[in-house]
Amino acid sequence: MNSLHASLYRSLYRIRRVEEEIARIYPSDKIKSPVHLSIGQEAVSVGVCEALHRDDIVFGTYRNHALYLAKGGDLKAMMSELYGKATGCAKGKGGSMHLVDIAAGVMGGSAIVATTLPQAVGYALAAQLQGRPQMVVSFFGDGAVEEGAFHESLNFAALRKLPVIFICENNLYAIHSRLSDRQPSTRILERAQAYSIPSERIEQNDILKIHERISAVRATATGPWFFECMTYRWKEHVGPGEDFDGGYRPRSEARPWIENDQVARIGAMLNITTRNHIQQTVETEISEAITFAEASPFPANSELYTNLFA
Amino acid sequence: MIRTISYAAAICEATDQEMSRDSHVILLGQGVDDFKGFVGTTKGLAQKFGANRVMDTPLSEDGMTGVAIGLALAGLRPIHTHIRMDFTLLAINQIVNIAAKCHYMFGGTVTVPLTIRTVIGRSWGQGAQHSQGLHAMFAHVPGLKVVAPSTPFDAKGCLISAIRDDNPVIFVEHRMAHLSNGIVPEELYTVPLGKARVLAAGCDVTLVGISYMAVECLRAAHKLAEIGIQAEVIDPVTLVPLDIETIITSVRQTLHLVVADTAWNFCGMTAEIVAQVAEHVPGVTVKRIGFAHVPCPTTKNLETCFYPNSATIAGAAHELVRGKPWQPAHEDALEIIEFKGPF
Repeated sequence: MNSLHASLYRSLYRIRRVEEEIARIYPSDKIKSPVHLSIGQEAVSVGVCEALHRDDIVFGTYRNHALYLAKGGDLKAMMSELYGKATGCAKGKGGSMHLVDIAAGVMGGSAIVATTLPQAVGYALAAQLQGRPQMVVSFFGDGAVEEGAFHESLNFAALRKLPVIFICENNLYAIHSRLSDRQPSTRILERAQAYSIPSERIEQNDILKIHERISAVRATATGPWFFECMTYRWKEHVGPGEDFDGGYRPRSEARPWIENDQVARIGAMLNITTRNHIQQTVETEISEAITFAEASPFPANSELYTNLFA
Repeated sequence: MIRTISYAAAICEATDQEMSRDSHVILLGQGVDDFKGFVGTTKGLAQKFGANRVMDTPLSEDGMTGVAIGLALAGLRPIHTHIRMDFTLLAINQIVNIAAKCHYMFGGTVTVPLTIRTVIGRSWGQGAQHSQGLHAMFAHVPGLKVVAPSTPFDAKGCLISAIRDDNPVIFVEHRMAHLSNGIVPEELYTVPLGKARVLAAGCDVTLVGISYMAVECLRAAHKLAEIGIQAEVIDPVTLVPLDIETIITSVRQTLHLVVADTAWNFCGMTAEIVAQVAEHVPGVTVKRIGFAHVPCPTTKNLETCFYPNSATIAGAAHELVRGKPWQPAHEDALEIIEFKGPF
């Protein structure tokens, strides 16, 4: 056990429990917004973000609860946003898919696949032009690889040798479509190699390996890097439930991923006192965040027209 | 001292002066640093400001628009150029889904101070994909400002306002307007976005001309004056936010309105302006003048039929005021005759 394991576990457990609570609350219809849960995939966000600096910037997707929390996004503001409350991180105007916390370096998520890749590249260009020692990390799924913006982004990042790390969270599915039915080669990192971007594939959702490699790259990179992180979504594409009865993937496919749960794996590396302490602290925080969201007011109707223009 | 320069030179000067004033302003786009300098609008800027502030880009309109948004999110003030408005369709996802929505969707926590310069092509066989006026498509989307100045003075002042604006601004230039000359002060000045300009006073009919059509409306007003019809000519200058009040004030006097656009009428700016006026001015009679509702052909005689001009505008105004058709004599304007391309 060491302090790294404790901080990884704290972040992993916090995300897992927040999303379990979202799934629990969801049938009450208090969260009137689509939720794309990261349960099973937390290791990628946590492994990467624990290796970043506070000033580093992350851009993500609509499945952004894990990334938002892993990078230090405010939990109360997130829960309030899901509830559509005025105290939400986007004042109730963004919802689950558009979480944002600028102070924590979490740029807003997007519901359109691959749209935030070029913004991450642009942010990295700004950092390079202004001489800021900042790293920008772009998170996206395997589906994004099929979009033109993916290729345009990698091309430009490589051309300008920009300080950006591309993290492909390869969970094997775009909604219900299997990767092998969408791409001629399922080794996504080959696409990065075509743009002369150093790339690695990290198997089995291995949070320690992810953390080790991102830490090393964060310390030494002089241009873009690409990581294909193999992971697996336990829940349905959108919503709080499971979908193994949908016919597109069998439960047996999920079993090894669930048995290899990184929350349990890292938790087992801690002594029981530390683990219990982390769990109790997180449970208290989540409970307070839910209470805060429930008690917060909805935005006034007049808010409809604010923030259209700056 | 009164000084006359071209619209293209006015754009270049505005960019030069803003880049000198504010180190956060950077220029990127295909060919902005080449020897032609984007039909003269960026000429000399790469030499003056260097490759880090005047950047050629790969042919990736979608990706580079996202990059420009990323630059803006990081606190810079990018100007992203498209030498044809048609090319912005490759970037529409980033413009509509991201740039237009960031400030609102993220609860006001971020801004996107981005200027997107686009050119409506015209004349000498530019054809279906080098001629489209797509400003109404952008105007349709909440969160985008759209400005389409017609004179060199407004081109400089509006571009400076667009660069300083904290919102995404679609800056619409017309290829024929690039060639026009006008009085432009040397010093920095701004023309406020959202204020229409009355170009000529008149009490019989209101002519609203968007972008280059403002010039054609002035020519139409001369034709109408010869037969005793006094036309008021209004250039909206900014399409979003639209200064409908100035137009309504004029139409309350004239009760006749012709709106001319360098674009299609159907679901376009002419439809929008006429509808807004009709909601406020009972009894107004209206005509809309725009492209023929087909893709732009290249052969000269069909191209001539495709485009509206001062004669079609004057004819429409005559019909509203006098109740009968009129076909004034028409020759192509000098800038259209003289323009020999290839671009």
